[in-house]
Amino acid sequence: MTKKRLNHMEYLDWMELIETDIMDRVLRSAEAYLCRQYTGREVESALVKDHLSPGDFCSLLSPAAMPYLEDMAVKARLETRKKFGNCVHLFTPLYISNYCDNYCIYCGFNCRNKICRGILSLDEVEAELEAIAATGLKDILLLTGENRSISGIEYLGEAVKLAASYFPAVGIEVYPLNVAEYLFLNKCGADFVSVYQETYNPQRYAQVHRGGPKRSYPYRFHAQERALLGNMHGVAFGALLGLGDYHQDAFAAGLHAYFIQQKYPHSEISLSVPRLRPYINNRELFPHEVSEKQLLQVMLAYRLFMPYAGITISTRERATFRDHAVGMAATRISASVKVGVGGHKQKEKGDQQFCIADTRSVKDVHQMIVQKGLQPVYTDHVRV
Amino acid sequence: MHDLLTIGKHDFRSRFILGSGKFSLGMIKAVIEHGGVEMVTLALRRANIGGEANILDYLPQNIVVLPNTSGARNAGEAVRIARLAREIGCGDFVKVEVIRDSKYLLPDNYETIKATEMLAKEGFIVMPYMYPDLNVARALAEAGAAAVMPLGAPIGSNKGLCTKDFIKILVDEINLPVIVDAGIGRPSQACEAMEMGVAAIMCNTAIATANNVALMSKAFNLAIEAGRAAFLAGPGRVLHSLAEASSPLTGFLED
Amino acid sequence: MKVNGKVVALGKKLTLQDYLNAQAFDLRLIAVELNGKLVPKSAYASVFLSDEDVLEIVRFVGGG
Repeated sequence: MTKKRLNHMEYLDWMELIETDIMDRVLRSAEAYLCRQYTGREVESALVKDHLSPGDFCSLLSPAAMPYLEDMAVKARLETRKKFGNCVHLFTPLYISNYCDNYCIYCGFNCRNKICRGILSLDEVEAELEAIAATGLKDILLLTGENRSISGIEYLGEAVKLAASYFPAVGIEVYPLNVAEYLFLNKCGADFVSVYQETYNPQRYAQVHRGGPKRSYPYRFHAQERALLGNMHGVAFGALLGLGDYHQDAFAAGLHAYFIQQKYPHSEISLSVPRLRPYINNRELFPHEVSEKQLLQVMLAYRLFMPYAGITISTRERATFRDHAVGMAATRISASVKVGVGGHKQKEKGDQQFCIADTRSVKDVHQMIVQKGLQPVYTDHVRV
Repeated sequence: MHDLLTIGKHDFRSRFILGSGKFSLGMIKAVIEHGGVEMVTLALRRANIGGEANILDYLPQNIVVLPNTSGARNAGEAVRIARLAREIGCGDFVKVEVIRDSKYLLPDNYETIKATEMLAKEGFIVMPYMYPDLNVARALAEAGAAAVMPLGAPIGSNKGLCTKDFIKILVDEINLPVIVDAGIGRPSQACEAMEMGVAAIMCNTAIATANNVALMSKAFNLAIEAGRAAFLAGPGRVLHSLAEASSPLTGFLED
Repeated sequence: MKVNGKVVALGKKLTLQDYLNAQAFDLRLIAVELNGKLVPKSAYASVFLSDEDVLEIVRFVGGG
């Protein structure tokens, strides 16, 4: 490899630049966030407020908030009920390709990892969609790795069209796109875009994203804004907790979502809280492991800071954790999840991205939600 | 460290803006001094003969004049009035006030947005009087307003913070000074507004109709300062726990 | 000529400045609109009035 490595704060020539100050504002605030300077006093003051400021959000994410976890949970459950009633949304992801040009040292799909690669043909995509639709699900998330030749924009467009013919709500979690590409996929039938920044700390970002287009931090950062400019209805944010300092990353992800909501008040905002999990061929230890308790703290802080935001709980977490999180903070839960390529109808075509802890079917998750006295919702989205 | 209110590029130590209507001119100076006021609104009216008493002569030297556009029934008239006011030569501030309802005197938000946009383009420091609507406040910010001035209650009603919850939304969402204008009838109401993070209070009738106008002005000043200090200090903690000791919601956690 | 809504007879041809001075206005304290357009103070001496003109002369008063 003689090619010069991209400076992580720069763009490749095909990447679109947009006019925005949100990244600067998030980075400035995240840098100034010293989570250890907070005390119980600030946490208590945040807990009695109706509307939380970014400063209150800081205190709820700090170690000082840990003794107040139960208080946060009580208030978060109330806020969740006030905003979402007893609704819990069900969805499932469908991986349609795991070819990837990026070298992200924590990810099972990274280009240096010797795994089985696969991409679903459009017929196979349709067969998978049909099988998933038969379980009653109405909300689907299409995923790919980043490979603009094997899983290019035309392929994504066709896959989205197929998905839209089976599902009222179609989301995509693919590589970041330019505005015109988001517009195109929106026309094909996608309304929701998830892009996770993984870590918001630029130095750490550069350490773990060693190669591929994903190395450009700002291009990824501005994806949600481009998606909204591309007429998308909702955008999702998240940091891969444990990759860097989780206090700082969770704070930056929350603030990112908060600023986007302020600038694009019509957009639907949601947050994901993935924790770093072990995967094939890489057991390298990351120094910032996040406990369940800390994970819940992040979810509760998100809920209290942004009562309007959807929060998704990953199948990376064990069933008991997920069951408790829904209704308390989480409003979206996946079911019948396969993280290899395909796997709903035919045998998986490629290896899995990570290990899942909750393998329950749609029926089982539905049952669980009902048993908690909550209402499973398959979609509330009407495409216009 | 001073806690300054910045509007446009101007810094104010006082968060009490005085409306100068309904006062006998001889009283105004005492009201300003007792209230620690730094900014006073004025209106424009036809000058019929030379040599009429001039309100500017009754204002202390350092007072910032905030001309209003009262009388304007649409954006075009507000712009004309603002230009006239600026030509008298008391600076670039203007309080945009467009009212075409003589019964309730409620501001016309739509025309106010249009006037704000035109005047901001002409270099005015625009402070629009508005009905507290979030979308309108966003449009005003977009149009170049230097502050927004939502009403607490109809003008002159002394009813207080009828629109409290909606003003709070503006405080939370709008990145400009939010100044409650109209409706504040008592110092305690001004204090309550300041406690929730409002940047300043504009008040006229409540003071002009008091038995002792200078003393009432002082009372407003103290209330506004108290409310501001309370806001900066942060609201009180609740000392009892919201939760029960047994942690029913978080007891399931493993690590 | 119409001044602040009242009909006023113009005796002879005169400038805005002459008229305002004759009416004893303190020019520092007023602003003038001629036929709906603001007249800058600097132009008072060069603007001639005619019988068709509509003049608005305003000053500050107390107001909220």
